[in-house]
This record gives sequence, structure tokens and C-alpha cells, in this order.
Amino acid sequence: MQDPIMPVSILPASQVPAPPILQVSGLHKWFGTLHVLQGIDFSVAAGERVAIIGGSGSGKSTFLRCLNFMEMPTSGRIALDGTPLGRASAGKPDEVRYPESELCRVRERVGMVFQQFNLFPHMTVLENAMEGLVTVKRMKKAEARERALRELDKVGLGNKTDVYPGRLSGGQQQRVAIARALAMEPEILLFDEPTSSLDPELVGEVLRVIRQLAEEGRTMLLVTHELGFAYHFATKVIFLADGVFHEVGTPDEVLKHPRQERTRAFLERFTEFSF
Amino acid sequence: MSYQWDFSPVLTRWPLLLDGLLNTVKIAAIAIVFGVLVGLVLALLRLSPRRSLRLPAAVFVEFYRNTPPIVHFFWFFYALPVVLNISLDPLVAAVLALSTQSGAFYAEVFRGGIRSIERGQWEGAKALGMTHTQLMRRIVVPQAATRMVAPFVERSFELIKTTALASTLAYGELLYQAMMVNSETFRPLEVYSTVALLYLVLLVSCSALARVAEARLTAYR
Repeated sequence: MQDPIMPVSILPASQVPAPPILQVSGLHKWFGTLHVLQGIDFSVAAGERVAIIGGSGSGKSTFLRCLNFMEMPTSGRIALDGTPLGRASAGKPDEVRYPESELCRVRERVGMVFQQFNLFPHMTVLENAMEGLVTVKRMKKAEARERALRELDKVGLGNKTDVYPGRLSGGQQQRVAIARALAMEPEILLFDEPTSSLDPELVGEVLRVIRQLAEEGRTMLLVTHELGFAYHFATKVIFLADGVFHEVGTPDEVLKHPRQERTRAFLERFTEFSF
Repeated sequence: MSYQWDFSPVLTRWPLLLDGLLNTVKIAAIAIVFGVLVGLVLALLRLSPRRSLRLPAAVFVEFYRNTPPIVHFFWFFYALPVVLNISLDPLVAAVLALSTQSGAFYAEVFRGGIRSIERGQWEGAKALGMTHTQLMRRIVVPQAATRMVAPFVERSFELIKTTALASTLAYGELLYQAMMVNSETFRPLEVYSTVALLYLVLLVSCSALARVAEARLTAYR
């Protein structure tokens, strides 16, 4: 089988360890009585690309969604660029309050691409890409338009600007969603299974765009089932199981030479029907 | 026996009926405007995360859903003067009764429309850094509005027909004027057939307008 995804040219790691742009400590998430995330400590340096893998229900999407507060962490702290987010209430360090204005600022800096695209169906492709700039960043229309067009060109949809999302294929819609997130110039990009709802023949066009972003040295976190892509894309791979980081390492360490039995069993399920 | 239809005594009194028709349109239009305002406030209260705001709104809506409209008319017209020493003219009492009642129903239309917007749309907007107000204004309400058109029109038609109850307060809308014409002509069959036809023409014209509005709002689909 021909793999349409070529390896990423990994940028040389700088000699000095970069300070973490994102830091997570003691992250727990409960849904009712279900303990989904069971204490996660983790940090990402600028320019790192992290692939998060794991079985369904392992908590990998929940973990990603906690990072831009699509889900509110039950306890634990998240720091962006060294600044802890939210305010701990006096006497109860576990109870962190997040004012809406702070969450909005964080989400401007931490972009997200969803499995279901979540494009705005009542706006054209161009309007989708401009929306955050005009409404959130209060940018002038002409300027927003210029930047949105630039990002749409980058994802290869500069010719679809006046089309409504409903007229596009899943792969095209996801590329618009990526352009919409990019237009905000986020410092970190989160991808929540960006190709999981796509027909197999459309996966490549989305992965190619993500690879291109990797080549630009962007900081990205990707939850995925595309292990081959994760191998080429990531500087770090995390195997999440039962709400904890079961194994963390380079793509080679985790995907080719896993040390944990559980990781090995998970990876074997993926190669079971390969040819 | 064969009934001799004769519309001429009714038709010669057309100014009375026209007056009634205009008053029906007037009271309906005013009640729709106020009803929408009441409905918006109630819907916002019912969608609030705070129970102390949700509960009173829910009680209000349930009260109006579960009591007959004519009781509301009588209450505003006859009870208010006794209880609060406020005497209302028939138009004001009827508008109050109609707009509070239809406000309760409109609130459910608005709330249902907003709740029907998928979670992904809220999340897509939030992930761009939008505040609650921004995402409601830019993303949720514009989409919800298109889904509200059909039930909104339905409720408004109910409201227009309910304006006939204002006749019980001696407000000169179409039905009241018809009763006047009837008392002069003793031709109930002709009078009420004419009135039915006038309501029909009024509502069919309204629904044609509504279809145009709906087509415009949903043009993107």
C-alpha cells in the first residue's frame, strides 16, 4: 500500500532546554462517579509535537479538551507560559475558579481542531475563517479577510472562499477548520482526532496540512488513531490508558520499542490486519 | 327547507367589518411585539444556569400553558381593577392578556430553538475565544432563528385567532364588529361566514409572508 504521508523533517532540537509553554500538574477529571483522568503531570516545550494515543475511553480526548477548557478540570492546575490559570479559592487549593474572560484569552492562544469540524454552517468558508478575528480579536474586516485568505490558501482552499461548508467534502471542511484555528495565530494547536470522521481517501489531505504545520515548527498536540502519522509527526508520543500516562517517549521508543506490556498489546491490535 | 342566502345587508355594512379587521390586525401586531419581548426575557431566564432565575420563569410558563386564555382576559379586565385599583381599557387589557400568554409560548419556541443547536457549534465558537454573549449573538441565535420560524409562525397564528376573545371585553375587533352587524341584520349565517372568510384571507396572507421570510433565513442550506 502506498503511504501518502511522507516523513516530517524533524527540526534539530535546540541545545538549551526551552521553558515549557504549557504545564499540567495533578490533573484529575471526574464525570460523576467516573474517574477519567487520574492525576496527570505533563509539560510541553515550544515547538514540541505531541501525539496522544490510547484506546477508546482511555481519556485521551478528555485530556486534550481540558487544555483549552472545553472540559473543566476537576482538580489540578494548568499553566500557560509559566502563568497558572484560574484562581484557587482561599483555603481550598483544589477548587480553582476560572473567570470567563480568562478562559476566552486562553482559548485565543490555544487553538483547537475538532473531530466533527464544527464549522459554522450559516457562514461561508471565508466568513468562518474570519469569524474569530472579527468577533474576538476585533480586527478590521479588510485585515481579517486578508489573513483568512492567507490561511485558506495555505490549506489549499483559496478557491472555495464563497462556498458554504455544507457543500464541501469532509476533508475540505476539516481543512477550513484548521485555517479558522490558524487565523487566530495560536501559540498551541490542539487536534482532537482530526481524521476520525473522514472517509479513508480524505484522510491524506488533512494529514498533509498538519504535516506542513509541523514543518513550520508549531507547537501541537494531536490525539489520533493514525499511528503511522503519529510516528512521523511527533517529537513525543504518549500512550494513555485508564486515565494515566502509561508510557511516554520518542516515537521510536513508544511505537517501535514499547516497554510496557499494555502498550505492546494496544499496538498489536493495530497491526493485526496489516499487510 | 331551503335557506335564502342574502349577503347584501352584511356587505353594505362593510365599513364596520373593515374597522374590525383593522383592529384585529392592530391588536395582534401589538401583542406579537410585546409577546416576543416577554418570550425573550422568559427564554433567557429559563436558559440561565441559576435555579433562582429558571424557576419563576418555569412557573410563569406552566401557568399560561395550563389555563384557558379567556380566563387571562377576564382576569386583566375584571380582577385587576378590584385587586390593584387599576382600571384598564379593553385594548390594554387584551394586549396584556395576549402578550403574557403568547410570551409564555414564544419562550418555549425560543428556548427549543436555542437548545436544538448542537454542542459542537457552542464548542467551535468557544474554542475561538468567544464569550457567551458573542457566541449567542454570532453563532447560536442566527442558526436557532431559522429553526424557530415554523413554530413561531404557528404560535402567532394561534395568537391572531385568540384575538377574537377580545370581543368579550367589548373591544371592537373583527368578531365584536360581526356581533354588532349581526344584531342589526339578524343574518348570522352570512355574518359569520363573511368573518370566517376574512380571518382566512388574513391568515393565508400572513403565511405567504412567513414563507418568504423562512426562505430568506434558510438560504444557506
